[in-house]
Amino acid sequence: MNVTMTVNGQEVTRDVEPRMLLVHFLRDTLDLTGTHWGCDTSNCGACVVHLDGKAVKSCTVLAVMCDGHRVDTVESLEKDGELDPIQQGFHEQHALQCGFCTPGMIMTARALLNENPNPTDAEIRVAISGGICRCTGYKNIVSAVRWAAEHERAGQEA
Amino acid sequence: MQTPASFEYERATSLDGAIAALNERGADARVIAGGHSLLPMMKLRLASPGHLVDINDLAELAYIREEGDEVRIGALTRHVDLLRSDLLAERFPVFRDAENVIADPVVRNRGTLGGSLCQADAAEDLSAVCSALKAKVVIRGSGGERVVGMDEFHIGPYMTAVGSGEILTEVRIGVRPGAGSAHEKVERRAGDWAIAAASAAVWIEGNAIADAGVALAAVGLTTIHLDRAEELLRGKPPSDEVFDQVATIASEDCTPMPDGRGPVDYKRHLAGVLAQRALQRATSRALHQEA
Repeated sequence: MNVTMTVNGQEVTRDVEPRMLLVHFLRDTLDLTGTHWGCDTSNCGACVVHLDGKAVKSCTVLAVMCDGHRVDTVESLEKDGELDPIQQGFHEQHALQCGFCTPGMIMTARALLNENPNPTDAEIRVAISGGICRCTGYKNIVSAVRWAAEHERAGQEA
Repeated sequence: MQTPASFEYERATSLDGAIAALNERGADARVIAGGHSLLPMMKLRLASPGHLVDINDLAELAYIREEGDEVRIGALTRHVDLLRSDLLAERFPVFRDAENVIADPVVRNRGTLGGSLCQADAAEDLSAVCSALKAKVVIRGSGGERVVGMDEFHIGPYMTAVGSGEILTEVRIGVRPGAGSAHEKVERRAGDWAIAAASAAVWIEGNAIADAGVALAAVGLTTIHLDRAEELLRGKPPSDEVFDQVATIASEDCTPMPDGRGPVDYKRHLAGVLAQRALQRATSRALHQEA
């Protein structure tokens, strides 16, 4: 069936099987491979994207359920060659090693800061608790989100 | 790669339309809301509906409001909204206790109250919450609505009173004076299913417990409502002694299976401890001894 949705600001229409999961629609149909396909069971958080501005695990959403809705992936964050503060924070604070969990962690953190620009470390840890990272022990991810929050607030006050 | 078997998909634009679509397809049709129970089941071929009716556009099914002497919650209300509701936190803090430990914040953005109850997984927390609170659910079909108590709602593992062509639309919880409620859960890691969990509610009048409800999750084939505990508590002043007895009842009346989460004797012990703690905290809240 035909689905039309706005992905990273662009309207796309494709003919898909109802059983196609959003993660595969993004990666295989639209070639947006920034979103990682991980556990398939909504446990690992690698596939997190924003659906109408809310963080969701795209392995557990059907593409057809997004018909008429807005989807944003990690590819939407960089603007005119400028990294999003969260991407920059991951770079500054060495918040990734293998990088597999990173797109999901970044989109989860982006959703957090959109709602709560000044989270405590405890709030950051709760927010990313649906993501699994095998490399960092999470400490540097928390630091990266805090870095992004501080720089974003400083940028807004400037 | 896990993908569901093929099915037809339909987006409902009204509740009546959704019910009509379900009736047309009979038992082969399922409602999909958050999809966080149904889609994993379909990937594993534990469920293979031929037709899905998507009710996510039915915004009229997402609400939390007080009406008369009841709090009414729409079936499409998401976990995140149950967690953040100040009305629920004031009236029935057991919801916030449970929602803080159900899955993770990203899953809670999608999963719904109605979906959790209709999944009828014995390890699911909200079924214990609603059971302890003696909630009633509204089930709607082409012939109209019926209201069913939680004790009649779960008829077996993954089986509910919601029939073919019907939708659960609302959960109703009576507001009575002197209420306190709490949920306790032990899990292996953040966001996991419970090893055991207990919900407790008490309604205190004067110095005595006028009514109580205690329910267990993850330690039997279905959510377990502890009728013996309720009978014991009713009419008695709250005391450590009576709560100890409830712990014993919880340990005796659950029917856990040994698995990777632990052996039977451990789970029985845990069920008792958690029932006792939930009851103590529910009582403290009823007596306003806990902020």
